[in-house]
Amino acid sequence: MNLQPEIPGPEAAPKPVVKIFATGNAGGTLLAALAAPEFADAHLVAVNTDAASLAASPAPVKIHLENKLFRGLGSGGDAERGRALAEEQFSTLKSACEGANVVFILAGLGGGAGSGISPVLAKAAREAGALVLAFVTLPFDCEGNRRETQAQQSLEQLKSAADGVICLPSQTIFKLIDENTSLLETFRVTGGLLVEGVRGVWQLLTRPGLIQVHFADLCALVRDRHAENAFAFVEAAGPGRAREVVEKLLAHPLLDEGRVLAESDAVLVSLLAGKDLTMAEVNRVMEQVKRQCGHAQIIMGAAVDAALKEKLCVTVIAAKQSATGAAAAAATPAVSEPVRLSGRGGQPAPAVPPHRELVLGRGVTRPRRAGAKMVQSQLPLTIVSKGRFDKSEPTLHHGEDLDVPTFIRRGVPMN
Amino acid sequence: MFEDANIIVGLEIGTSKICAVVGELGADGALNIIGLGQSRSRGVRKGEIINPEYVEEDLRAAIFEAEQMADVEIRSVYLGVSGSHIRGFNNRGRHPVVSADREISEDDVQDVIKNAKAINLPAENTVIHAVRQHFSIDGQDGVTHPVGLLGARLEVDMHVIHGHANRLQNAIRLVRGTQLVVDEIVFTGIASSLALLSNDQKELGALVIDIGGGTTEYVVYSDGVIRHTGVLAVGGDHVSNDLAYGLKVPLSRAEKLKIEHGAATIADAAAGQTISITNEIGLELKRVNVEQLQRIMSLRLEEIFQLIAEELEQAGLTNYLRAGVFLCGGGSRVPGIVELAENIFQMNVTPGHAAGVSGITAALDQPEFATAIGLAKYGSIKNRKRENKSSLAHGFKGVFGKLLSRS
Repeated sequence: MNLQPEIPGPEAAPKPVVKIFATGNAGGTLLAALAAPEFADAHLVAVNTDAASLAASPAPVKIHLENKLFRGLGSGGDAERGRALAEEQFSTLKSACEGANVVFILAGLGGGAGSGISPVLAKAAREAGALVLAFVTLPFDCEGNRRETQAQQSLEQLKSAADGVICLPSQTIFKLIDENTSLLETFRVTGGLLVEGVRGVWQLLTRPGLIQVHFADLCALVRDRHAENAFAFVEAAGPGRAREVVEKLLAHPLLDEGRVLAESDAVLVSLLAGKDLTMAEVNRVMEQVKRQCGHAQIIMGAAVDAALKEKLCVTVIAAKQSATGAAAAAATPAVSEPVRLSGRGGQPAPAVPPHRELVLGRGVTRPRRAGAKMVQSQLPLTIVSKGRFDKSEPTLHHGEDLDVPTFIRRGVPMN
Repeated sequence: MFEDANIIVGLEIGTSKICAVVGELGADGALNIIGLGQSRSRGVRKGEIINPEYVEEDLRAAIFEAEQMADVEIRSVYLGVSGSHIRGFNNRGRHPVVSADREISEDDVQDVIKNAKAINLPAENTVIHAVRQHFSIDGQDGVTHPVGLLGARLEVDMHVIHGHANRLQNAIRLVRGTQLVVDEIVFTGIASSLALLSNDQKELGALVIDIGGGTTEYVVYSDGVIRHTGVLAVGGDHVSNDLAYGLKVPLSRAEKLKIEHGAATIADAAAGQTISITNEIGLELKRVNVEQLQRIMSLRLEEIFQLIAEELEQAGLTNYLRAGVFLCGGGSRVPGIVELAENIFQMNVTPGHAAGVSGITAALDQPEFATAIGLAKYGSIKNRKRENKSSLAHGFKGVFGKLLSRS
């Protein structure tokens, strides 16, 4: 983080060139929501296998991935096809990413195009020299286990290909909607949340920062902590705005009334306001957040945008390494190795990647819905093999099991 | 054959090896190491016995080897104990001086020590050592010999090391089962620091870290007395296990890789370098990235030091370590470990070797043997005291405070 004494003028370093790619139908819908004037600087690109939905997209640049073999039917919900198509057109994707400093990928994982294309696109963007941050949604539980498996696989691949992945399990939306919410509305809410996240990150990176948050900070935060990250974007205006944003933040359903903050181990807080942002306000917000966070590592940024006038916007990205301490740390090795999930020494591989369980674990309090699929969740305790210490008394130190390899507990990627 | 009383044997039942050191007490009371026996330990995990049969077998082998080398018959040993159940803490005892002239007598000193040792321990725990630190008279600290001084209130600080009675008994019974007498049990951390530190260093303040196979013991000396002791049940075995897990190789292979290519810091040369693992007939099975290997090791060792540094920071001892940090145990052989420890503790770090004892130099220079040598040294100090004061109580609950603090 770099503390700049004054607001950089317009002649300051050029803003990073940001390209926002949307893959698949869900991505396209999200992109439409982004076609607002504040994103005018961004280059929007839609990538899809389905010509019809691509035509409806407002994006100025469209990439249609097609192959005669599939006879215009797109990927047909098969991520393998989506992937194959994307790999075929790898050079096209790469050239589309040329010139960008930062590439955002928006996608709804689970289908064919989003799940298949996104990891390949991330790889292409990386090769083109851009930093890649993916914003993805995971399907609802009721969408069936094939979509779920596909989404998980794609998420794994995306994690190893992109610099950072911010993922929103759609299932958490149940906290936001009631019995009478229409399906359309539900998807709109999911999309809205993700778009808010994109907006928050976008502002974080493009607005001149008084206390700047670098992209590297962001990536370091989300990297290898994907298992559980939550984000919230709130804004308030008026004289009591600092208090109001804190209240809104703590009441935010995605932060689970502040509980997520208490459990996360790294939190990024970015404040954005008009020129009248006072130190006292920054202090008030940060103090409250800190109180909630407990021992989490906090990265803080503050920026001023005259256009915001009276408004104060706060973006919070909370990342948590594991749900149940050391046990869930097992999720991390899977990151570096998307394909092999088996533990050492012939441990049986969990049928579904552990992330899913963790995500489900958080939703325990949600009201049980008729449509929600009951999944026998696997206790995450058996995932890390402690090797020769498997049967010995665990070496606990402040609640941490020191028998679990340090690099796993610290989430150091090994690849 | 030597006179039995002059032979002192230190026995360490470690996680990776069982080691017996035979010392001979000279006429001037100096210890001379004349024999050493060791065998690979198979029945110990994290410093505690899990398979008594294996331990007994390995123990006999080590004792036999030591007897052969020293050409003596070993009858009794000073037994080193360790394990995560062992804890140390400081306790203060108070005693009002009641005599009419307010002169502190020998009895007052005995009483205050007794009070300091009256501590609340869990029922299943027993005191291994109660080491005297300093006296204080009417709030005046740092008095070493209070007898004859005047005062109304005598206080003493004790460092009490205690452990789980059954687990300690396990080791004692096992050794007794091999027809050996256990003179005393000694916390291995104290033994190592006895072997490593000179009196000056104890006075200046020093931290001794013994990184063993299954446990890491640490002892802080300052002003000549033990201030802090602790055991982390993490050691070289954990490093191997991490490597086995991270590199996806069998444990035995991980052990070998650790010894051949391990380092506590990531060497520049390691970037991109790979080692091929071959089977018996030379076919390549797998390639292992050296940088990754060293990173896994470095993280684990760094964590061990950080945990110790944090604990000392909390105890407020960091600024008292003017002689620096001393390393021993097998873990101190890892290349780069001194640099790593210097980075974390921000002070002078010395790979220790047994000072103040003479004898087989091949044994004295090995950091692995520091504990066993220290045990023999402990015995020699104890013996010297016994000659001076023949009435000293037997058994491991005896008063060793004086010996340790002023040795």
